[in-house]
Amino acid sequence: MSATVHQMYETRVDQPAESKLTPSYDHLRALEAESLHILREVVAEFARPVMLYSIGKDSSVLLRLAQKAFYPGPIPFPLLHVDTTYKFREMIEFRDRYAKSIGARLIVHTNTEAIADGTTPFLVGTQRCCGALKTKSLLDALEAGGFDAAFGGARRDEERSRAKERIFSLRDANGQWDPKNQRPELWNLLNSRIHQGESIRVFPLSNWTEIDVWSYIDVEKIPVVPLYFAKEREVVVRGESLITLEQPFVPLMPGERPERIMCRMRSLGCSPCTGAVRSTADTVPKIIDELIAARNSERQLRIIDHDQDGSMELKKREGYF
Amino acid sequence: MAGLLRICTAGSVDDGKSTLIGRLLYDSRSVYEDQVHSVQKASKNLLAGPIDFSLFTDGLKAEREQGITIDVAYRYFATARRKFILADTPGHEQYTRNMATGASTADVAILLIDARHGVRVQSRRHAQIARLLGITDYVLAVNKMDLVDFDRTVFEDIVDEFDRILPNAKLHPIPLSALHGDNVITKSERTPWFDGASLLEFLETVEVDRNVSSKPFRFPVQLVLRPAHDFRGYAGQIVSGTVRPGDTVTVWPTGRTTRVARIVTWDGDVEVARSPMSVTLTLEDEIDISRGDMIGVGEPQVGQRFKADVVWMDERPLDPSRVYLLKHTSRTVSAEVDHGLVLNQIGSVTVSTARPLIFDRYGENRGTGSFILIDRSTNFTAGAGMIAGVARDPETASARPTAAQRIARLARGAGSDAEAIEAVRKALEELLS
Repeated sequence: MSATVHQMYETRVDQPAESKLTPSYDHLRALEAESLHILREVVAEFARPVMLYSIGKDSSVLLRLAQKAFYPGPIPFPLLHVDTTYKFREMIEFRDRYAKSIGARLIVHTNTEAIADGTTPFLVGTQRCCGALKTKSLLDALEAGGFDAAFGGARRDEERSRAKERIFSLRDANGQWDPKNQRPELWNLLNSRIHQGESIRVFPLSNWTEIDVWSYIDVEKIPVVPLYFAKEREVVVRGESLITLEQPFVPLMPGERPERIMCRMRSLGCSPCTGAVRSTADTVPKIIDELIAARNSERQLRIIDHDQDGSMELKKREGYF
Repeated sequence: MAGLLRICTAGSVDDGKSTLIGRLLYDSRSVYEDQVHSVQKASKNLLAGPIDFSLFTDGLKAEREQGITIDVAYRYFATARRKFILADTPGHEQYTRNMATGASTADVAILLIDARHGVRVQSRRHAQIARLLGITDYVLAVNKMDLVDFDRTVFEDIVDEFDRILPNAKLHPIPLSALHGDNVITKSERTPWFDGASLLEFLETVEVDRNVSSKPFRFPVQLVLRPAHDFRGYAGQIVSGTVRPGDTVTVWPTGRTTRVARIVTWDGDVEVARSPMSVTLTLEDEIDISRGDMIGVGEPQVGQRFKADVVWMDERPLDPSRVYLLKHTSRTVSAEVDHGLVLNQIGSVTVSTARPLIFDRYGENRGTGSFILIDRSTNFTAGAGMIAGVARDPETASARPTAAQRIARLARGAGSDAEAIEAVRKALEELLS
């Protein structure tokens, strides 16, 4: 690995051959440098940072960047996973194995009260379910840990309200976002001043696109959850979504019959609310090729983005990432 | 590939800026199908045509309801020739600060003008902000040409006026209709008299001179990494220039000189690193270095008084009797100014800081020539500053004492310790309120 990077710092490396739309090596290194700068600013200026670790591809990239930013030291903050208990089994296995292998400190937080009350997307609907198991759980965990800065892997190209997000996003004492009153962010000068009780969410991947993330995973050989790779899975077809039946808690609707379809996850969330896409891409380079040809955006199959107009913005205002 | 291009857009409200960007994204096939569907569903504004392109960029509910752009939105798109990051900045006057934000990192500014209205106050103002923030390349996008029957003289009058507003700038005028797509992606047949490139063609091919790696080496220390007793590394991002092990460097503000021992990265030590890389340096000599210090080559300015152009972005005016926080590279200090500014005002002020800054003129180096001013009571990022040079006017300096001097004077003038404490306490409260 050191040989490739060595070359990069010294000279330009030739473009990868696959496609003209593949980001150049220099482009990825410039994104990396910007992200490392952000990670270091937070560690320098905040008392108790934490990294939200969602186990997805963006989190995997963020984690690698955190390893790089403080090398040869360890990652100077814990990882926090907000576990709704509806995550894919493979995600949890990957989380535990990977965090251990890199020696990271992992905090897992679950809103056990809401689970005990029977909160599921089927019973209370996706909005209330997300509100209790993700947003409230996240805010509780941040408060319990006394964290004043929380890194997230969100990117501005994901969704239109995220396109308005700052790199340092101020949250009030209730963890809420006021999109109309954001601080200007100029050059790379990040304003770390907060009042007692306030906190910031930090998005080091703000300027990365989905293709950048996959290209970096490819170049850096970063391990990701196998759900991203195509294989034949047992699914039920609901409209344009393929819902996997690997978990016992996805109930079949009347008249639905499971089918075996070659598919993969383009983004990872809770299994009942995250659809798979038909795909034969079973390696990272094939995923990149597929993305370049893609005609649909990655969050399309995330049901929670579409449950009402401006739904991501509303969730973010309430405290969601 | 010509490399990443960072663009910002500017124009008055209703010039059709969001529509132009939506069109650029849509026609360059940079929006995905599901986004098109969701926008088609939401397109209530029938005047905007079958697809209201502005809905691609107006991400906030309030923006879609009011039909205006409130906040900077960042868009990412790529063609076979280039990758782009586009900052869509609002034209509404009360949000002018966002224009400065978008321009601070941009290589090229697209200035949008409504052909029917010509050059308005806002257009001038945005051009001035973009210029102040160091942008040298401009697209003058004269939009809504369909509403003036693609009249060449209308276009040329606007271009002439802009030549006077931005003398010596690289100005690339293009007659457009964002709504109908004329000269956005391909050349329009409706402007046979126009022999320039379409907007996208221009953006794909424009050469911007960033050339920061050939400038003197500047490395503001972000963090001191000491994971073990035998390792002491200085982590930071190279603002400009190139560094190799063995290079002689100076550490500012102490001015001590040493040599670079290693350039450490997670991927192994490297033999050379250049801007904009983030690396960790170790030095041959043990020198006391902390966050906010600068490792560099050559002669940056080191000082506590300088002239700067400041864009004021806060409703609460810049007040010469108050103390602000000034963040410059990785160094945050308290600062005062010699005169006030109001919201959206741009002015040249003299800044005095409590501790020295290590800087270059903004015109020479954006990274070491820029700073922000933070209001200590609201924590808002209230001002953006560009350093013009060392302040060389000692008469004005003595005419207005700094806060520290005023407080020292109060303490000296007091009759007892108790009186001094009371006087200083009052003065500090006033300063910090």
